Amino acid sequence: MTLSPLGDSAIVVSLGDEVDEATLGKVRGLTDALREEGVPGIVDVVPAFAQVTVFYDPVRVSYDELGAALRARAENAAGWLKRESARTREIPVCYGGDFGPDIADVATRAGLSSAEVIALHTGGNYRVHAIGFAPGFAYLGGLAAKLHTPRRASPRTAVPAGTVGIGGAQTGVYPLATPGGWNLIGRTPLRLFDAHRAEAAWLQAGDRVVFRAISAEEFAAWK
Amino acid sequence: MEVTVIRPGMLTTLQDRGRPGSRAQGVPLGGAADPWALRVANLLVGNPEGAVALECTLIGPELEFSADVTVAIGGAEFAGAPRWRPMRVRAGQRLALGAAKTGCRGYLAIAGGFDVPEVLGGRGTYLRAALGGQDGRALREGDRLRVKGGGGVEAAGWSIDERILPAYGPEVTVRVVRGAQADELNSGFWDSGFKVSAKSDRMGVRLTGPAVTRTKARELRSSVVAPGTIQVPPDGQPIVLLADAQTVGGYPQAAHVVTVDLPLVAQLRPGDTVRFREIRLEEAHALLRAQERRLGLLREGLAQKFSAARTAKP
Repeated sequence: MTLSPLGDSAIVVSLGDEVDEATLGKVRGLTDALREEGVPGIVDVVPAFAQVTVFYDPVRVSYDELGAALRARAENAAGWLKRESARTREIPVCYGGDFGPDIADVATRAGLSSAEVIALHTGGNYRVHAIGFAPGFAYLGGLAAKLHTPRRASPRTAVPAGTVGIGGAQTGVYPLATPGGWNLIGRTPLRLFDAHRAEAAWLQAGDRVVFRAISAEEFAAWK
Repeated sequence: MEVTVIRPGMLTTLQDRGRPGSRAQGVPLGGAADPWALRVANLLVGNPEGAVALECTLIGPELEFSADVTVAIGGAEFAGAPRWRPMRVRAGQRLALGAAKTGCRGYLAIAGGFDVPEVLGGRGTYLRAALGGQDGRALREGDRLRVKGGGGVEAAGWSIDERILPAYGPEVTVRVVRGAQADELNSGFWDSGFKVSAKSDRMGVRLTGPAVTRTKARELRSSVVAPGTIQVPPDGQPIVLLADAQTVGGYPQAAHVVTVDLPLVAQLRPGDTVRFREIRLEEAHALLRAQERRLGLLREGLAQKFSAARTAKP
């Protein structure tokens, strides 16, 4: 475990070199611990990949004081995890067609049929490594190596909200309509981000995620 | 009371002190790009420091007021209005801010504060996700903004000692603490002056200058960033992140602007120049504590004046 400053108002706690099960467990554990029993002066706790970044008010708590408190809690982080195991969230996806115009490109590059791409994508066990880039956007680990596909040479100027894509070794869902350079393979009717919901971001770091294929009819009927 | 937008200006949004606590959901801190100016403008009209105010960018709005009210402008200086002191405007009066003479972002605070709902722990406008503020967007002609409270005090003849202000200007040297990848970048970052690009916005101030190159080629995992983080993308042109920056970034981090100097960056205009000077973390904290002490004295001094002004009322 290492602690390092991020500017003058945050400390980064690094809990491992690799983003693996053990490290993600510690990241989740430390995050939960700090949320349940905070240290005075902490203003925000952000888990991402192998790190937990803790924002603080330097007028209320010193770097050294907070560092010591974080160190003490981080040593016990794995213990906290046992109290709440990671949730599994299922994302229904209508693959191909207008929703996933790039699925044939992904298939060709992998030497597979589109059906095999869908089978591989839905067969994976994914884990949320971080939320960021955009509100509710999940960086997912666990994409099958065969499906790794470079980003498109020229990004699209508008990708609709809910679109599922592949960019390099990452797969994920665009929570908001934004420009994007990923290969688009489908769309979910779920709203991954809604500012007016109690839990605005539907996914959080540490969640397990599975994708399930649905038909265009199911997509249309989704509430 | 209400404020009607006659002309919206170039980019005028409602802002507060942001929404800390939502970063784990990918929602940026947001709020005023220059939080110091927002806080002082609010104190001048008797508001809590984080009350919702207008952030007016380069060309200010024209506003009409439905009742007598006290307002104050901090940050950028606009033609047509005094800065850093309260001003009484009358019912039916119009206030036209015009073009900014100095600085990039002015904060118009109004006694009582603008009344908009809280979204995700903050009331400021986050344009990219269309949330907070006035329906998540910049102000438009004809908008009617509700104001809380009763218009503030009548006799508001005070101003602040300008010596407590950050050293705003078109050529600034900004103090920074080292970033995680400072050792992996050539010294150009520290030696060069950079010009502010016109492509800057609330997400970040984009700089142009001699390319800052990486001396170590390795794959970098994305990590958390914050307002003040200076990222160096592959083209070598640094970006200083501001209030609406995304929460996670994948570029090398050269340095982080210290909290007390972030207002200087937020007030830079296209064409202005900036240099960076490294200080130690302890020094950054000492500067911040000193700034907060000065703000505390201002807060107390103004509280006495407000109390006297209220008792003096017939």
